[in-house]
Amino acid sequence: MSLDKPYMDVPGTTIFDAEQSRLGYHLNQFCMSLMKAENRARFKADERAYLDAWPMSEDQKQAVLSRDLNRCISLGGNIYFLAKIGATDGRSFQQMAGSMTGMTEEEYRNMMVGGGRSAEGNRVVGEDGDAQANHQPQGAAGRLKKEAVPLIDGTAPHPTTPGSEQ
Amino acid sequence: MAKITASVYTSHVPAIGAALDLGKTQEPYWQPVFQGYDFGKQWLKDNKPDVIFLVFNDHATAFSLEMIPTFAIGCAAEYTPADEGWGPRPVPKVYGHPELASHIAQSVIQQDFDLTIVNKMDVDHGLTVPLSLMCGQPEAWPCPVIPFAVNVVQYPVPSGRRCFELGKAIRKAIESFDKPLNVQIWGTGGMSHQLQGPRAGLINKEFDNMFLDRLISDPDGLASVPHIDYVREAGSEGIELVMWLIARGAMADVAGGPAPKVANRFYHVPASNTAVGHLILENT
Repeated sequence: MSLDKPYMDVPGTTIFDAEQSRLGYHLNQFCMSLMKAENRARFKADERAYLDAWPMSEDQKQAVLSRDLNRCISLGGNIYFLAKIGATDGRSFQQMAGSMTGMTEEEYRNMMVGGGRSAEGNRVVGEDGDAQANHQPQGAAGRLKKEAVPLIDGTAPHPTTPGSEQ
Repeated sequence: MAKITASVYTSHVPAIGAALDLGKTQEPYWQPVFQGYDFGKQWLKDNKPDVIFLVFNDHATAFSLEMIPTFAIGCAAEYTPADEGWGPRPVPKVYGHPELASHIAQSVIQQDFDLTIVNKMDVDHGLTVPLSLMCGQPEAWPCPVIPFAVNVVQYPVPSGRRCFELGKAIRKAIESFDKPLNVQIWGTGGMSHQLQGPRAGLINKEFDNMFLDRLISDPDGLASVPHIDYVREAGSEGIELVMWLIARGAMADVAGGPAPKVANRFYHVPASNTAVGHLILENT
């Protein structure tokens, strides 16, 4: 009998359960090592060499090097541990959280000031909220992606840069 | 003989601590947050406890994945504010109450709750931000603090029901301590928030206010809400709210006494990624 996992259909959300924890043990422990100032300095001096001292998968190392937090999470990273990478980079929790949505830091901050992300359409996979897979990335990056649709004659219009309209 | 006189509930957002430490409390963004705690600060001065039993969660600071205690009670004489990657917060050292803490540990374990006993633990923003919110920036905290850390990092976290029952056991333990100490129990964390994935930034003020309403008047019913509801409605990190049920379970009305007085209630969005909630309940 396998474990009951009722949380697998929450959109845009990975619950850090025993399976994720097992997957990400060394990735998270690497992050933990960045709590010490001397380790932060060594990591900043040569990230690849620092990572190679840990028994992490190549995928996990690449996810860290590219600072792709969503990928880190899918490979077993937990946000409280990944936050130590952010602190090493001098990034706030808000900047890190925002980066996983595809929004710019300003867009994410404005969303929070406006009352945050609504739960409407975001409770179960298959609804139509902004955290659903088919609405990524969010914000302007997502609008640009949608606008890049080829015309019938095969010529794609250039995506407009916001503010460039005349 | 020792008595719980009140319970305090509050968010423990790290950005709040940073704002206070960097002198930003009067900025337009922060001013409403800190103003919401003006009442609480005065209230704490007017109702100074002998000991604060402070329920919080560590955020991969004192505990890594090497050891994940579900419930950890601090029995040490002192605790150092942690360096979470930005240097330790410039706040006073936290002094514990080893005598009461170890009495509570023994009693609660004998009531069949499996506590981990901790004698050395740095305390992160989960503990120090509530103290800062309720005390400002004093030279020393007003009284000893017994840290009680709950695992909310790796699923499954303890259920609302388990937390509520634990609160009852803690009350019994405190009442069997034979010095007339005035004890407050604080529950911290939340309210709705999600810090990870494309759904980061989730806030649900309807759920949060329902939680506050039911915490006051129907905590036993609230204790039956399953984890998945917290996750869907209040965000993956909103599960922290179960810790408030530990403090609530320790109030007198749960044991058949009179209903508590709601001394204060405050709610504000946002503080960084989180909805700020704050409640003070006094035993009558």
